[in-house]
Amino acid sequence: MKHFRHLAKPYILWSFLLIVIPLFMIVLYAFMGSGNAVLTFSFTLENLAKFIEPTYLSVFWKSIKLGVVTTAICLVFGYMLAYIISKMNERTQDMMILLVTVPMWINMLLRTYAWMNLLSDNGIVNSLLGLLGIEPIAMMYTDFSVIVGMVCNFLPFMIIPIHTSLHKMDKSLIEAAYDLGANRVQTFFKVIFKLSLPGVLNGIMMVFLMAISTFVIPKLLGGGQYVLIGNLIETQFVTVGDWNFGSAISLILAIIIILFMRVMKKIDPQEDKEG
Amino acid sequence: MNKLIELKNLTKNFEDQQVLKGINLDIHENEFLTLLGPSGCGKTTTLRIIAGFEEPSSGEVIFNGKDISKVPPYKREVNTVFQKYALFPHMNVYDNIAFGLNIKKMDKTVIKEKVNKMLKLVGLEGYEKRDVTLLSGGQQQRVAIARALINEPKVLLLDEPLGALDAKMRKEMQGELKKIQKEVGITFVFVTHDQEEALSMSDTVVVMNDGEIQQIGSPIDIYNEPENRFVAGFIGESNIIEGVMIKDYLVEFDGVHFECVDRGFEDHEPVEVVLRPEDLDIVEPEKASITGTVTSVTFKGVHYEIMVETEMRTYMVQTTDYAEPGRKVGLSFGPEDIHVMCKMGNY
Repeated sequence: MKHFRHLAKPYILWSFLLIVIPLFMIVLYAFMGSGNAVLTFSFTLENLAKFIEPTYLSVFWKSIKLGVVTTAICLVFGYMLAYIISKMNERTQDMMILLVTVPMWINMLLRTYAWMNLLSDNGIVNSLLGLLGIEPIAMMYTDFSVIVGMVCNFLPFMIIPIHTSLHKMDKSLIEAAYDLGANRVQTFFKVIFKLSLPGVLNGIMMVFLMAISTFVIPKLLGGGQYVLIGNLIETQFVTVGDWNFGSAISLILAIIIILFMRVMKKIDPQEDKEG
Repeated sequence: MNKLIELKNLTKNFEDQQVLKGINLDIHENEFLTLLGPSGCGKTTTLRIIAGFEEPSSGEVIFNGKDISKVPPYKREVNTVFQKYALFPHMNVYDNIAFGLNIKKMDKTVIKEKVNKMLKLVGLEGYEKRDVTLLSGGQQQRVAIARALINEPKVLLLDEPLGALDAKMRKEMQGELKKIQKEVGITFVFVTHDQEEALSMSDTVVVMNDGEIQQIGSPIDIYNEPENRFVAGFIGESNIIEGVMIKDYLVEFDGVHFECVDRGFEDHEPVEVVLRPEDLDIVEPEKASITGTVTSVTFKGVHYEIMVETEMRTYMVQTTDYAEPGRKVGLSFGPEDIHVMCKMGNY
């Protein structure tokens, strides 16, 4: 096996070029006075301080709120689906998991455009409602459309880890709970759900991270006025050209994500058993 | 002893395979009953039907006079010790044992008292806070037994509970289980494929094969009076010989008439005769009606296992005497060593 180690070298170079250097640049820019000339470096905390302005804080707060709502909806539906799938026979389970991943084979932009078609004022949903004699409802460019888009995009990332933990669960544990007098509801909450927690935490982690950093979905389904933290970063880099402030927001987001992951790891019962 | 459980004509089909073909069995109070048989004989399915994890395809499970075959497991007065213990990995020893009582929302101080009593019974005092996944197999076993017994079931079901233990631990747990059963005074239904385990622990042994009960009896009966070739072959080692029952107390095999202690067969009925290897003695050829040549001798610790080839077949003899290969010997046995069984078509 030892000589295969050299095969990793190109990858190390690659990740250095594409991950480590950009990250380093972000940190550097975040603490730099205006402009992106590295040679005339002047240390400042101004960029980070700018984030505390009410406009930006409200964007941040809205992102977190939407992230939490999206994650909660994904958790409820994802758990139900994963649970139902795990009750099926082996073959159907494989098939169902494959179906869950099907949307991921299509580019996220296309999927999101499809939702625009479905939800727009003269889109498919409103046309169907029209057939029933219901006035068209404005669904696009609201929290609703953004949340629908996020839930649909991120749901598989909730279903798969939960299904994995339900699937590999020792079925005799469930029988043992019944045997000891627990009815179906008690068995679910005292045994099944608790044993599936590692999968639940993984799912929450993935969905929440994607939800608070996304910028395509709010841009397309929320419209130009709809700004989440991802959009804010994008505008700073692409439109405004304030790389320093963009870097500062990215850095803050990265730190929040790292803190969040640490907290999740602490909750995970499996983790602290090994540690 | 009072009847506690009655299985009446139980059958079970899995898809198109019939795993139980009409099981009729009475289980009594305070009985240590063992379901013994090779893997796939239906013993575990029978146990799972009593526990309520499987519904029989037909037939009844009568518990204390009532049919419970449709009652869910959590409403039955039986508890199970699972093959791989099935301890809850997210709870410590105390919470595992207290699980059933916590479900019943019993008073915390009462639970504590009962858990401590159970820990004492299974010899795990001081282990309350331990992580169950870090216990040894034998300790996990004890937790599983305590977790089941704390609910004060009328019947404890044990599904090959000693299968995962090493030989020494097995022996120890066999004695322990028997002791616990005496102490709590309830019925144990024990499933195993290990005949020695079945014989040494049980009050009643139920030998099963291919979804059917072959014989029900005390360990001594099962060993000494096997009812058919399957039981004789499965329990201990045997020389099984085809013969003819000439009349009561007289059987013929290998061309010789022998006195025996069996009666009740038809005259000239074809039968099978069991001769246990340890009941055969090696004597001088002229003193016996069956003679042959020693073909091999194997030292087995307490005894030698000697194969003697006669004109008709090869007999296995277990004796403390040595006979060198090639020697002409006679085989001697008394009338009470001959066990006559009905002939079975299948085996």
